[in-house]
Amino acid sequence: MKVLTANRLTNGEAVWLAGDHSWAVTLQAAEVALDEATEEKLARAGTAALLKNEVVDVALIDVELDSGALRPVRLRERIRAAGPTNRRDLGKQAELQIAVAA
Amino acid sequence: MYRYDEFDQGFVKARVTEFRDQVERRLAGEITEDQFKPLRLMNGVYLQLHAYMLRVAIPYGTLNSTQLKMLAHIARTYDKGYGHFTTRQNVQFNWPALSDIPAILDELASVEMHALQTSGNCIRNVTADHFAGAAADEIADPRPYAEILRQWSSVHPEFSYLPRKFKIAVTGAERDRAAIQTHDIGLHLKRSAAGELGFAVYVGGGQGRTPMIAKKIRDFLPEQHLLAYATAILRVYNLYGRRDNKYKARIKILVHETGTEELTGWIEKEFEALKDGELTLPDADVQAIKAYFAPPNLPSRPDGDALLREAQADDRNFGAWLRRNVTTHRNPEYAAITIALKGTGEAPGDATAEQMDAIAQIAEEYGANEIRVSHEQNLILPHVARADLKAVYDRLVEFDLHAANAGLITDIISCPGLDYCALATARSISVAQDISHRFASLERQEAVGELKLKISGCINACGHHHVGHIGILGVEKKGSELYQVTLGGSADENTSIGEIVGRGFSAEEIGPAIETIVETYISWRESPEETFLQAYRRLGAAPFKEALYGADAKAA
Repeated sequence: MKVLTANRLTNGEAVWLAGDHSWAVTLQAAEVALDEATEEKLARAGTAALLKNEVVDVALIDVELDSGALRPVRLRERIRAAGPTNRRDLGKQAELQIAVAA
Repeated sequence: MYRYDEFDQGFVKARVTEFRDQVERRLAGEITEDQFKPLRLMNGVYLQLHAYMLRVAIPYGTLNSTQLKMLAHIARTYDKGYGHFTTRQNVQFNWPALSDIPAILDELASVEMHALQTSGNCIRNVTADHFAGAAADEIADPRPYAEILRQWSSVHPEFSYLPRKFKIAVTGAERDRAAIQTHDIGLHLKRSAAGELGFAVYVGGGQGRTPMIAKKIRDFLPEQHLLAYATAILRVYNLYGRRDNKYKARIKILVHETGTEELTGWIEKEFEALKDGELTLPDADVQAIKAYFAPPNLPSRPDGDALLREAQADDRNFGAWLRRNVTTHRNPEYAAITIALKGTGEAPGDATAEQMDAIAQIAEEYGANEIRVSHEQNLILPHVARADLKAVYDRLVEFDLHAANAGLITDIISCPGLDYCALATARSISVAQDISHRFASLERQEAVGELKLKISGCINACGHHHVGHIGILGVEKKGSELYQVTLGGSADENTSIGEIVGRGFSAEEIGPAIETIVETYISWRESPEETFLQAYRRLGAAPFKEALYGADAKAA
């Protein structure tokens, strides 16, 4: 199970490719590849986005389902998806907290 | 402090203009990432996990209050309200947008700062003793020589494409506070028997995946030959350093593979050809640069001792801070103070914009406008009247900057690790926080005594773990963080590389393991005066292995 991730060129923000070909700011909006054909489709979309200078550092990463939510297998990608573990007030996790509080 | 001349100012401004154009062309899609990446790195811009990171140079760790206020302004305006001071005496901003970086560089240039040569295979920021110009044990201020090296190495055409990065450190005292033996070139400023100034020259130190202690290749190099000798070393390295494998490209590998004697011969031969030529430092120029670093005017303040006796009696915490964070100054009425960016549970080296502003203001009012960044990730006020120490301490308390732990176990060096860094394989800040909480009691820390604990989140060793009395290296193993412990390292004038004590520990186990190591030291030390490092050098690893691994010690 894989998703395509990258960093946005203008500000370096971690983003994931969504089903509508936009770059989502949360992992949960990512399109999931369950087979090789979808992985190849995502990889092609990543290369195209790279050439269009939308993003940099494009990579397919492994994810798994955890209580119905997507969770990267590697800690590095879990931290990218959330923010620094020593600063819960920063990164995606902070935006999610604000959204929940609202 | 050194002030930019017209050339410096014009050069830095031109580089900002050039980079602004490069960023604009990148954002417009006119140049590719492959074309742009080396250009952004030459201007200190990295891409990390969450965002771009901008590394700003702080030459030999010296700042004035205007510059520190500018760093606070940048943190507040373009970042998320804080910065991270590094083991290279630089500062890093973790969240700038690429589109904002030209504006940040413009703002930095307005206070004579830049991000040049903070990345890439060039000569990096030259570092120096953070107590330079203030320390009572100093032979001479190393910063004029660091500045001469900075001017010589800035966009040096011959040395802008070296096999790998190149780091130089300079110290001016017998007590090495600049870790010179872990640098590509280490310079120890000293006097000859005849009273002449010069340098003991060390080459080939470094950490990373292959830690090496530098070899002394010259016991005394007269100061006027500094650039000729440095050129000879760099020329030999540039010519013979390996370019086939980036992990074997540092000069330490060249020294190791060639042999110190043979390599020294090559360097000396090159030096003979350069000696007494155009690279000889004219005395007038040396004196002109030294004038920039002339000691500040420090008015007589003879009332310090009486005021301190009274203040200590009233405030035990202040007394502890005086014991730990105040260093003897060459002027007995003054002191150098360490502002530990290591409060309980904080990320080592991080400072908020408010804290930076406060320290800059204190430096203006009490510290002759000077601030230093130490390679141990603290800030230093090098010139404070002893009579003002209590007033300064009270101000530091207001901003939670009064941790009295300089040189103790919670004065931890830590790289940003996997919380920020794209190269990291494990977190290091979280381990630092755990240890900081475990040893939060100042009484306990003082009972343990001097202990330098250093943590790196990958084998590149930015957290200097190899030379920690206790070193911790985080790696990824089978998808989890694993922490390897080394003991007995040191980065002073008796530099040593720590030895791996045994199998690694999980994220949950590493804190208790450090407690076990410390308790073992306390139970084995001959007296409270025998430091951890002295005890380890006497005892070796055996009692620590036994305590950590029990009956499995031999297998570990």
